[in-house]
Amino acid sequence: MLTQVELTGIRAAASAQVRDRHRLAARELLTAALFLLPSLLVFTVFLFWPLLRSAVISTYGNDIIGRPTRFTGSHNYQLLLSQPELHEVILNTLLFTLYTVLPALVIGIALALLLQLRVAGIGFFRTLLATPFGFSVATASAVFGIFFNPGVGVLNGFLYPFHIHPVGWLTSPTTALLAVAATTVWLQLGYNVLVLSAGLQAIPEDVYEAARLDGARGLSLLRHVTLPLLTPSLFFLLVVSTIQSLQSFGQIDILTKGGPARSTTTLVYDLYLNAFAFGNSNFGLASAIAMVLFLLVVIVTAIQFGVLERRVFYR
Amino acid sequence: MVRRGISYAALAVITFVLLFPLLYALSGSLMTASEISSFPPPLLPSRPNLRNFADVLRALPLARQYLNSAVVAISVMLGQLLTATLSAYAFAFLRFPFRNFVFALFLATMMIPWEAVIIPNYLFMADNSLVNTYPAFILPFLAAGFGTFLLRQFFLTFPRDLVDAAKVDGCGHLRFLWSILIPLSKPALATLGIYAFLSAWNQYFWPLLMTKSDAMATLQIGIKRLRDVEAATAPNFILAGTVLALIPTLILIYVFQRQIVRGLTTGALRG
Repeated sequence: MLTQVELTGIRAAASAQVRDRHRLAARELLTAALFLLPSLLVFTVFLFWPLLRSAVISTYGNDIIGRPTRFTGSHNYQLLLSQPELHEVILNTLLFTLYTVLPALVIGIALALLLQLRVAGIGFFRTLLATPFGFSVATASAVFGIFFNPGVGVLNGFLYPFHIHPVGWLTSPTTALLAVAATTVWLQLGYNVLVLSAGLQAIPEDVYEAARLDGARGLSLLRHVTLPLLTPSLFFLLVVSTIQSLQSFGQIDILTKGGPARSTTTLVYDLYLNAFAFGNSNFGLASAIAMVLFLLVVIVTAIQFGVLERRVFYR
Repeated sequence: MVRRGISYAALAVITFVLLFPLLYALSGSLMTASEISSFPPPLLPSRPNLRNFADVLRALPLARQYLNSAVVAISVMLGQLLTATLSAYAFAFLRFPFRNFVFALFLATMMIPWEAVIIPNYLFMADNSLVNTYPAFILPFLAAGFGTFLLRQFFLTFPRDLVDAAKVDGCGHLRFLWSILIPLSKPALATLGIYAFLSAWNQYFWPLLMTKSDAMATLQIGIKRLRDVEAATAPNFILAGTVLALIPTLILIYVFQRQIVRGLTTGALRG
């Protein structure tokens, strides 16, 4: 039996412990708040709040210098939807994404497979093949702009011996989007090779051995073993590079400025033209385009997760 | 033996094709204006010389633009290392209400295209007279969801015992972070640092909007301006500027490729 005094003592100790734990939890909460504060501050000021403000500005009309001044409801969206150009711009955006993401993935796989060759010095080649990742949109576009130059460009120089007339790669509406896409594919390849090559190296050797024992060879090994096991990397690259592609701006600005005849005007470039390029900027209309872009990114990403992620083979 | 020969031949050809833009930039930056403008265009300079580099440095405030790019990229890198370390620590080691929700919020930042918020941010900088200043280039990028995610994943690989032992010792969170966690996390911090530096150095759209003078331009904008002025006349000039802008990033990706790969695969390979 405990005496009354002992019992009181135990109770006091217990409640002190509870208080201690509460104090510790409170201190932990305070520490967490302080540690998260810097990041949350940056996100709030430069991402979350602006996203809301974009939505608000998209419902406003502008004064003469483009400043949003008065509420006009869905006017900007109606204006946007009534423009026949919008369909063209969205089509350009989707085509550009298609022309960049898929070729960069396919060529990336081929290069990564090549880097699986077991020869001395393969690490040296792996390092070199990542080169495009060191380029920016500006540096890559500067070099490719010279390649595509109709008069002195290397590309037409290659065609010259075959008596093919110089092509105006960036000045013809039929080739401009492809030329900008080719630049983007090259730019994306460095990253893709790095990721896919790491993905291939992560596949354990015994999986191949087991498949070979089952009689898988060459292409069937690739189709039934290598590619399924590579799907996590492929899916990751698909999502990331699609988002990136939908946001492309620099290569268009440097190579074609959206032309010729709007053939390379994507959503982002249309946003730029409406907000910043002319004297009479229209931030309301441009913000409506920004919301369309945001929705497009969310929808495309959601579709990719909904349709494709279940086919990804996570080990 | 024959097989190995074929392997090397394939590797050499493919590497040459993929690296052609870089090789051509190097070669063209050593040509004279009349040489690079002849048709069909030569692939190698007949008499390589470095005059373009001297000329391009004189014609543009390229040295100043180098400095601008360095100031911006290094500030963004240090800022992200600091903010991401702190927030990743909170997510990995501290218990607090709504932790998963706040973490989801951090991940959601990676889904918001910067272009979708560029107009309000432009207005914000204009209203606060920050256009054409360093803070405008740096402030919006001082925190990153990717960095937080990367470091949190790394912190979670540490055994719980390490943290508990440190707590028993009466070691405060900051001291534990500084004297134990950071020294053990150098590889992950290196990955984040390189990644933050590269993306800040290579940025285009935002610096384009924030630049109102040649003296405040970053290198990327400098190249665009060089191209606007020189497009018709002197590709050798543009290529010299391009090669100068590429030197730091190429050194980074060649020397630190292992760290970069580790960061890139964080999202690709679960586990």
